[in-house]
Amino acid sequence: MIRFENLHKSYVTGLNKLHVLKGIDLNIAEGELVSIMGSSGSGKSTMLNIFGILDNYDEGNYYLDNMLIRNMSEKKAALLRNKYIGFVFQSFNLISFKNALENVALPLYYQNVSRKKRNILAMEYLEKMGLAEWAHHLPNELSGGQKQRVAIARSLITNPKIILADEPTGALDTTTSYEVMKLFKEINDQGITVIIVTHENDIAERTKKVIRLKDGMIESINGEQVFAENHLKVVAHV
Amino acid sequence: MFDVDKWQEIFSTIKKNKLRTFLTGFSVAWGIFMLIILLGSGKGLQNGIETQFKQDAVNSIWLFPGQTSIPYQGFTLGRRIRFTNEDFDEIIKTVDGIEHISSRYFFGGSGTVSYKNQFGSFNVISCHPDNLFIENAKVEEGRFLNELDIKKYRKVASIGVPVAKALFQDGENPIGEHIKINNILFKIVGIFSDPNERDMNRVFIPVSTAQKVFGGSNRINRITLTTTVPVEQSEKMTEQMRANLAKRHHFDIDDKKAVYINNTLKEFQQFQNLFLGIRIFVWIIGIGTIIAGIVGVSNIMMIVVKERTKEIGIRKAIGATPGSVVGLIMMESILITGFAGYLGLVFGVGLLELISSNMPSTDFFRNPDVDFRVAVSATALLVISGALAGLVPATKAARIKPIVALRDE
Repeated sequence: MIRFENLHKSYVTGLNKLHVLKGIDLNIAEGELVSIMGSSGSGKSTMLNIFGILDNYDEGNYYLDNMLIRNMSEKKAALLRNKYIGFVFQSFNLISFKNALENVALPLYYQNVSRKKRNILAMEYLEKMGLAEWAHHLPNELSGGQKQRVAIARSLITNPKIILADEPTGALDTTTSYEVMKLFKEINDQGITVIIVTHENDIAERTKKVIRLKDGMIESINGEQVFAENHLKVVAHV
Repeated sequence: MFDVDKWQEIFSTIKKNKLRTFLTGFSVAWGIFMLIILLGSGKGLQNGIETQFKQDAVNSIWLFPGQTSIPYQGFTLGRRIRFTNEDFDEIIKTVDGIEHISSRYFFGGSGTVSYKNQFGSFNVISCHPDNLFIENAKVEEGRFLNELDIKKYRKVASIGVPVAKALFQDGENPIGEHIKINNILFKIVGIFSDPNERDMNRVFIPVSTAQKVFGGSNRINRITLTTTVPVEQSEKMTEQMRANLAKRHHFDIDDKKAVYINNTLKEFQQFQNLFLGIRIFVWIIGIGTIIAGIVGVSNIMMIVVKERTKEIGIRKAIGATPGSVVGLIMMESILITGFAGYLGLVFGVGLLELISSNMPSTDFFRNPDVDFRVAVSATALLVISGALAGLVPATKAARIKPIVALRDE
């Protein structure tokens, strides 16, 4: 489903160049439940942004569903995001002036689904999240866990192949975090690939594959060291 | 453009951001409103002054005698100058460029005018037939005074419309009837109207008749004439008349107090310049207001877009194309500014109409109105510039990578 081939990414700020991803090789198959771990600055969020076609990369190849994603126009990227990917963010990123139902229905607006149909669908997804009675509340009237469940419902409504979650439990307490993880598991059980970026071990433990990043390289996958091999490659690249 | 769903999205956004919508709309409406009021008031000022000047013929020269203030040829100062019919004839004979000329003899008496048992106090003025043109008056019925009336000392009168109304309340035709002026019977030959309402409460009688019946011999108190020549030449005419009168009445030609000569042509020219000044002033203020409006609207649009950066990021993350994001923001802003601009236009024009129909016209303010084309194009300009001002930051915001926009807290 997702394939990285020797992927490099640098951020240029003024005269400084920050090499964030230093040659990543990665393969995530369809239906996997993956967590990406690493300390801050290890490049995990950057990787997620590239997964989500929210950011571009400098070198290497990225295949999404066997499609090469490179130098994509904004318009095409938007269409691919809409079709393939659902996002869940740490800060929820709900539109504050829209109620839960409208937030969930919004992705369908960009698929030109009629208002009536998308509201029915959004209601269905909210029911699945146990939020039917909160459908007409604004985000600031909901608790953190409820907001995240609304965001998850929004990410699911387009029937995506991949859910990308960036620290989805970062703003939630432990109990709520586990509830959210349970949700991700259920989603994964339906065959949707779920990729979760986190720095919490107990969250990562609840996924089937743990990818650890360190200094822009993959340190280990499910505990198996891959660091040395990668390190050599970086030296060769330089 | 006429996608119902898109409009629903826009309206739901507007409905849920009332303060933002109100502020944007208010700045546009206020800009337009002020512009209309300013343009209208300027026009009102201009109308007022122009009307005031159109009440009498604009190109007139007035002469009236005073007292000498400089000793001359053995005469002491303080001597009263008296105009006579000869002065009048002399001016006609010697001065070129006269269009209409009339003299007036001031006679005593109460000014009481009566018809049968109806009485009224009116301004009875003796004059020449040309006075009709000098007053810019119009004959409504019958005729005005003529040369024969003057020559034959006829006891005839031309009365103003309100005078006729006051004296002939039974609806009789005043023409041919006799009225009493200072107890002397005059036959009404005509009714006139005057653009200045105050000047209509008048009764005109031939100057020669007045001199004869009210004991004026050959004395006159005022000479009025109009001319069509340009200002410089009319100035020369007044100099010529002053020199002529100085010679005949033995006073110093530099003695401005011996004979007063009032040239309204010069004043009119000055007022023309004043009008031009007012017009330019109003336009400068108007253009300034438009610019201030554009700056205000642009500022608000930029802030609105800045405020919506995160929303744009979210929309893009869930699959909105940059074009659809820009389109949404633009349509919303054009809708708000267009509607608000229209409201400002309606309120501005409405207020002007209210003022113009309820406020009595004064000498300096009358019928404020605004050129509708100007108002509409100003509104359009403001709406377009607001849209353009929003377009730049909206396009920029839509180009920002969603991650950057989403980080913007």
